[in-house]
Amino acid sequence: MSDVTAQQPAAVESGVAGREAREWRPPSYWPFVAPALIVVLAVIIFPWAYTIWMSLHEWKVGTPPAFVGLANYIRLPGDARFVESVWHTLVYTALSVVLPLLFGTLAAVVFHAKFPMRGFLRGLFILPMMATPVAIALVWTMMFHPQLGILNYLLSLVGLPPQLWVFHPATVIPSLVLVETWQWTPLVMLIVLGGLAAIPAEPYESARIDGATRWQIFRYISLPLITPFLFIAAMIRMIDAVKSFDIIFAITQGGPGTASETINLYLYSVAFVYYDVGYASAIVVVFFALIVLLAAALLRLRQTTHWNDAGGSA
Amino acid sequence: MKKTHPSRRAVLAGTAAAGLLGLAGPRAYAAEPQWKKYAGTTLEANLVKGPRGELLQKYASEFTELTGIKVESEIIPEQQQRQKAVIELTSGKPSFDVIHLSYHVQKRQFDKAGWLADLSGFLKDPNLTASDLTVDDFSAGGLKFAQNDKGEMHSLPWSVDYFILYWNKELFAKKGVELPKTLDEMVVAAEKLTDPANGIYGFTGRGLRNANMTLWSNFFLNYGGEFLDDKGNILTDGPEAVEATKLYQRLMTKSSPPGVAGFNWMESMASLTQGRAAMWIDADGWAPPIEDPNASRVVGKIGYALVPAGPKGQYSSTYGDGIGIAQASTKKEAAYLYCQWAVSKTMGARLLQSGGGVPFRNSILNDETVRKGVKTQEWLESVVASAKISKLGLPVIVPVAEFRDIVGAALTATISGADPATELKKANDQFRPILERSEKA
Repeated sequence: MSDVTAQQPAAVESGVAGREAREWRPPSYWPFVAPALIVVLAVIIFPWAYTIWMSLHEWKVGTPPAFVGLANYIRLPGDARFVESVWHTLVYTALSVVLPLLFGTLAAVVFHAKFPMRGFLRGLFILPMMATPVAIALVWTMMFHPQLGILNYLLSLVGLPPQLWVFHPATVIPSLVLVETWQWTPLVMLIVLGGLAAIPAEPYESARIDGATRWQIFRYISLPLITPFLFIAAMIRMIDAVKSFDIIFAITQGGPGTASETINLYLYSVAFVYYDVGYASAIVVVFFALIVLLAAALLRLRQTTHWNDAGGSA
Repeated sequence: MKKTHPSRRAVLAGTAAAGLLGLAGPRAYAAEPQWKKYAGTTLEANLVKGPRGELLQKYASEFTELTGIKVESEIIPEQQQRQKAVIELTSGKPSFDVIHLSYHVQKRQFDKAGWLADLSGFLKDPNLTASDLTVDDFSAGGLKFAQNDKGEMHSLPWSVDYFILYWNKELFAKKGVELPKTLDEMVVAAEKLTDPANGIYGFTGRGLRNANMTLWSNFFLNYGGEFLDDKGNILTDGPEAVEATKLYQRLMTKSSPPGVAGFNWMESMASLTQGRAAMWIDADGWAPPIEDPNASRVVGKIGYALVPAGPKGQYSSTYGDGIGIAQASTKKEAAYLYCQWAVSKTMGARLLQSGGGVPFRNSILNDETVRKGVKTQEWLESVVASAKISKLGLPVIVPVAEFRDIVGAALTATISGADPATELKKANDQFRPILERSEKA
C-alpha cells in the first residue's frame, strides 16, 4: 500500500494520465458526504418518490397498480370524510397548541418565583409528560366514562350535570385536547422556564423602581423576552399535535362516528383497513404539504417578531 | 347414510370418553384419514387472539401426537392479524400455511385475490378426509361463507356467531314486563324498563361506528332489508333501512345508557353484567363472562332468547370464522389435516362447551352428548334456534370495512339526533363509488 501512495506524485508530474488527473480532481469531500447521502436517499428521498409514484396509481392491496394520473388527488376535495378530517386536524392542533402554551406560560411564571418545596413541586408537575401516551389514554378513557368515570363524579360534587365527554360528537375534540393539554403543558413550562431564567434581573429592578405593576412587568418585560421561547414551544407542540395519533386512536378511534377523525386516523384507515394504498399515498402527500405550510407560517411569524424585538431593544 | 351410522355411534362414545376422562381425541374419529402420512412436517398457523385461536393453540400437542406434524402458531389480535395476513398474502410469500379468517370481513377479498387453496379435492379424498366430514354437514350459512362463486371450498367453516337477545329476568319481573316477541314490543318494553334516576336502562348495544353495523343489520334484516340488488348495487338507503334506523335511533336515544354512541360490545356487556341494562342484542359468545361470578353481578338472572321478529321476518344476523390454507403454501396436505382437526368433533365440542363459539357443523351442534356438556342450556337453545333463522349480517363485498365505517358513522350520527333518511342517503352516496371501484378492479 505504501508503495502506491509513494508513486502517485510521480505519476501526476509526468504522462497523460497525470495531466488528466490534474484537470479532473475527484472532489475530496465525496467520501465524507456519501454515507449521509446514501442514508438520505434511502430513507427520505426514495420513500418520498415512491409515495408520489403510488399516489398516481389506483392500487388496492391484492390487485396490481394501475396508473390513474391525478385521479386520487381529484377525489380528495369531494371526499367528505377527508375534508372533515382536515378540519378536525386544524381545530385539534390549534387548541392543543394554544392551551398548553397558555397554561404552560402561567405555570412557568408561578414556578419561576421562589417558594418552599419549589423543586419538588416542579418535579411533580412534569410527571404527566413522562407517561406513555397509550397508558394515559386508557386511564382517561375510564375517567371519561359517563356513568362510571370520575370526571362526572367530580362534576356532581360541584352540582354540575354529567357530561358525555368523548362519547358525544360536540365534546369529543375538546375532551381529547384536555388530555393533550394535561400531558404537554409541562413541556411548555420547562421551555418557558428556561426562557425566564435567561432574562437578566436589571430590567425588573428598574421597572419596580419606576413603579410598574406585576402585570405591566410581565406584559412589557417578561413576555417580549420569552417570545422566542414561546415560538419554539409552539413549533414543537404544533408538530406533535398535527401528527397526534396514539391518544385519539386509543380513546375514540376517531369516533363517535367520525367526529374526532383527524387526517392521521383517516389515513390509517384508508391504508391499513381499506388497503387503498394509492389513495392513502395521495392523502400523505397533501398532509405533508399541510404540515410544511403550517411550519412555514409559524417560522415566518417568528422571524417577523424576532426582528421587531431586535428593533425595539436596539 | 347407513355406513356412517355405526361410526357416528363410535364418535359419540369417543367424545363421551374424551369428555369424561379427559382423554385426547384421536380415537374419536370415524373412518380415519392417513393422519401419519405427513409426519415430520412443520406448519405455521396464523390465528386470531381470542377463545378460538387459543383453543387450537392449547390442544396443538394433541394434533402433533395424532399426526406427527409440528405446528407453530402465531396468535395476534384481530385487527393486526387481518392487516398482517393481507400484507403477507399480497407479497406472495406468506410466512404461514394455515390462516384463520373472518368471513364477514374477508371472504370476498380473499376470493377475488385467490389467496386460499381450493380444498374441494381434499374433501373428496378418503386418504385425507375422515368419513364424517362432508360438505353437507356444514350449515347453509357456513357453506355460503366458504364456497366461492364456482362452488369450490376454499376454507373450512369453523365457528359461527349468531346474534341473540340477552335479557335480565330480574329487571323484567320488577317492572312486570314480558319478554318481547317483536321489535315493536321490544321498543315499548325497553322504554318501560328505563329508569334513569336509578341508572337502569332498558336496552344497550353497539353505538360505536363500524361495530354498530352488526346490531343494526339484524334490525335491517327483520325489516325485510337486503344488502345488494341483483346487479350488486348497495341498498342501505331504502325504506327498510330507514325504518330499521329509526328503530335503532329510538332505542339508542330513549332507552340506552348515556354515551352509547361510543359503546362497543365491551361497554355494552359491562352495562348488562353490572345490572344497569335490561336487554342487550349481540353475538352469542358472551355467556361465559355473563355467568362468571367474578365478572358479573347478574349470574343466573340473564335469559337468552331470539332477536325479536320484525314486520318482515325474524332472522339472526350471522358472522363467522373459517380456517384455510394459503395458496402459496407448499405443505397443503399437512395443513389440510390441521384444518380438519380444527373443525373436528372433538375440537368443535370443546369450542361449544367453553362458550367460545359455535361450530358450523350440524353433527356437532345436534349431538346430545356434546350438548349435555354445555353449562347454560338456555343459551344453547337460543343458539340452536338462531341457527335455523340465520342470515348473513353483512354484504359479501370487498370493501366491507369501508361499508361498516361509512354506514356505521351515519348510524352513530342518528344517535346524536341526525335524521335517519338523510344520513343513510349521504352514506350511500359516499359508499357507492367505492363499491363500484372495487368491483371494477
